[in-house]
Amino acid sequence: METPSDRDLTRTGLAPAGGGRVLVLACGALAREILALIRLNGWTHVDLQCLPAILHNHPERIAPAAERALDAAAGYERVFLAYADCGTGGALAELCRRRGIEMIAGPHCYAFFDGLAAFEAAGEVTAFYLTDFLARQFDTFVWRPLGLDRHPELRELYFGNYEKVVYLAQTDDAALTEQARASAARLGLAFERRFTGYGDLAAALERAAA
Amino acid sequence: MADEDDEIILSELSDEDLVAQMFDDLYDGLKEEIEEGVNILLERGWPPYKILTEALVGGMKIVGDDFRDGILFVPEVLLAAGAMKGGMGILKPLLAETGAPRMGKMVIGTVKGDIHDIGKNLVSMMMEGAGFEVVDLGINNPVEKYLEALAAEEADILGMSALLTTTMPYMKVVIDAMKEQGIRDDYIVLVGGAPLNEEFGRAIGADAYCRDAAVAVETAKQFVARKHNQMAGSA
Repeated sequence: METPSDRDLTRTGLAPAGGGRVLVLACGALAREILALIRLNGWTHVDLQCLPAILHNHPERIAPAAERALDAAAGYERVFLAYADCGTGGALAELCRRRGIEMIAGPHCYAFFDGLAAFEAAGEVTAFYLTDFLARQFDTFVWRPLGLDRHPELRELYFGNYEKVVYLAQTDDAALTEQARASAARLGLAFERRFTGYGDLAAALERAAA
Repeated sequence: MADEDDEIILSELSDEDLVAQMFDDLYDGLKEEIEEGVNILLERGWPPYKILTEALVGGMKIVGDDFRDGILFVPEVLLAAGAMKGGMGILKPLLAETGAPRMGKMVIGTVKGDIHDIGKNLVSMMMEGAGFEVVDLGINNPVEKYLEALAAEEADILGMSALLTTTMPYMKVVIDAMKEQGIRDDYIVLVGGAPLNEEFGRAIGADAYCRDAAVAVETAKQFVARKHNQMAGSA
């Protein structure tokens, strides 16, 4: 499968393609990484479907959207939900319990990319996290929705209590690192890059694909 | 909409038109205009509390309603709040001198592990606007800090805020500690924050979940009135 554009993954998501028996229903922000893992491992029996990544900014809409997608998913032996809690306040876990499916452990994608145990141990409450996807889509997910394009004077109100941007890098991409660094500068925050690779996502998908 | 040739001179407006214009200016987040409007009303002999409630809180109510209804969004609300804060800055020192009614005292803070304070700050401001005295503990508050402040300030209300699903359970830690110390029923406990809901508020033993700053004010007023009635009834 060709990697879809970030724009499509943000706004419309990704329809499932292929004749797999396992469906991974994921956030659009994880599409590149999951498609890479599918290719890397030769999981021809795994199909990927993504919900629009912009739901990240409206966590209350994620569980209802996932439920609709699960209702529409037909012909799969098994479905795996490639979401962490993602601000749903347990709504995704409750959905998975009702439907008898598995999901990724942890509060959000930052945690499972970083490794749940390490993330919790770090306890970086004053860190604002970016992933590869969010570094590429910083304007769409952060800058414009917060109105900072129109009212840059609000920056201190939003980010005054933060100390640093932590870029959790899934890939070694010098240009993207610079982009993330520039985003930190725009927020007036220090910058730190941590290479995480796929973190706990790889192990979670291995279990899903098994 | 007025163009440049048709600029509105606030001082030339009648009281009624000026208040209406201040509603518009608050809505548009025009801090300097709000400060000017407050000063004009003061010069015209309006008591500070009347300016606060009729011009500022009245205007912010429209902003709050339109935010609730999805017409305004967070950036616009923040700009409006900034404008109101400008007006409050002028009025606050005058309110104490002029015998504005005191509704009660609130200790408020964002819970441990959470540094988000936009909602909390809006609640603080609107509570002050409604005549409550507010002691703002800021962000990242452990249980001890809440309990110390409640006792030291002789507060009526505890307000707790959280933006993260990972931090909102800490509200229960605070309420449980209050129960352990036998002081839970001495205070009205209000909770709020984007990921919360009424069910969560009930489950952790809060008195109420407040969806937004305006609801927080109304809820606080109701509970304070109820508390006073109970005290009067048992006297």
